Amino acid sequence: MHIPDGYLSPQTYVPLYGASFVFWSIALKKLKKELSTKHVPYLAMAAAFSFLIQMFNIPIPGGTTGHAVGAGIIALLLGPWTAVIAVSVVLIIQAIVFGDGGITAIGANCFNMAVVIPFVSYGVFRLMSGNSKSGKRVSIAAFLSGYAGLTLSAFVTGLQFGIQPMIATGADGRPLYAPYPLEVALPAMVLEHLLLFGIVEGVVTVLLLRYFLKNETDMIYALSVKGS
Amino acid sequence: MTKSQRKLWIGLLIMALLTPLGIILPEKFKAGDAWGEWGAETLEKLLGYVPEGLKRLTELWKAPVTDYNFGGEESSMTVQIISYIASGLLGVLIIGLVIYLISRFMAKNGK
Repeated sequence: MHIPDGYLSPQTYVPLYGASFVFWSIALKKLKKELSTKHVPYLAMAAAFSFLIQMFNIPIPGGTTGHAVGAGIIALLLGPWTAVIAVSVVLIIQAIVFGDGGITAIGANCFNMAVVIPFVSYGVFRLMSGNSKSGKRVSIAAFLSGYAGLTLSAFVTGLQFGIQPMIATGADGRPLYAPYPLEVALPAMVLEHLLLFGIVEGVVTVLLLRYFLKNETDMIYALSVKGS
Repeated sequence: MTKSQRKLWIGLLIMALLTPLGIILPEKFKAGDAWGEWGAETLEKLLGYVPEGLKRLTELWKAPVTDYNFGGEESSMTVQIISYIASGLLGVLIIGLVIYLISRFMAKNGK
């Protein structure tokens, strides 16, 4: 889901830089207010985790590959605004050092993966878990939160790919950037995440949440803010 | 470092050592690039041309460790696997450094 350089027109990547910039500023402000030294190692571990989980490319036999992002579980554990920072750091390093995602597309990729996933996942979890603090309902909510977060992120990414041929074509009528129209790009992005990669993100979210429920319950932001 | 934090770091280290699965399995199952992440050469094959604007923008940045691979595109699977693990560790190191720097400006002691 890392959009490379050249797939998005400036009319798309500039506004998305703007959108991400708004979220970065608010997230940094909140971090400054709330971050205590004892949380710093967890912030680092969360970012490291997201970086590593993204290296596990999952194949669709004979087709494409995809991966989980881990942004959903980070949002549940550390809160969505902290997740914005953790995952953005990962995406920026991936682009600059490893060429994974474009430099021009940093704003877009951060918006899609470091903003959409944390907030969708967090919202879905709070909505689905209700007043439960453990048990089956929390597990189901965790799975759905990861699943919905990644799939919606793929939807937004597919949208950005798909509108390119509409807004930027050369003198010869050929697309200047991402070449596939919406009716190709959107289903391609959404279906593979709906059927496979989203499920992986959901499973990762559930397993890790259960680990923290068992070992460090007070660490879980999404449960600690409940009813307080 | 608390005991539980040490356990989590060990978990991350194990993950880093397992990352080559992320290149071995796609190879085994003949799965290619992620959708929409093709290079200019692959696009040429798919479309018969490389979009004008795309060609211009792809030349903007040459990453030091392109595709988590120190050996270049033609390198053997062994080199790729070692590169991949090394990239994983390097990435975690840089992330740690960046988070540490951000935190130095942000975190308050004893809160």
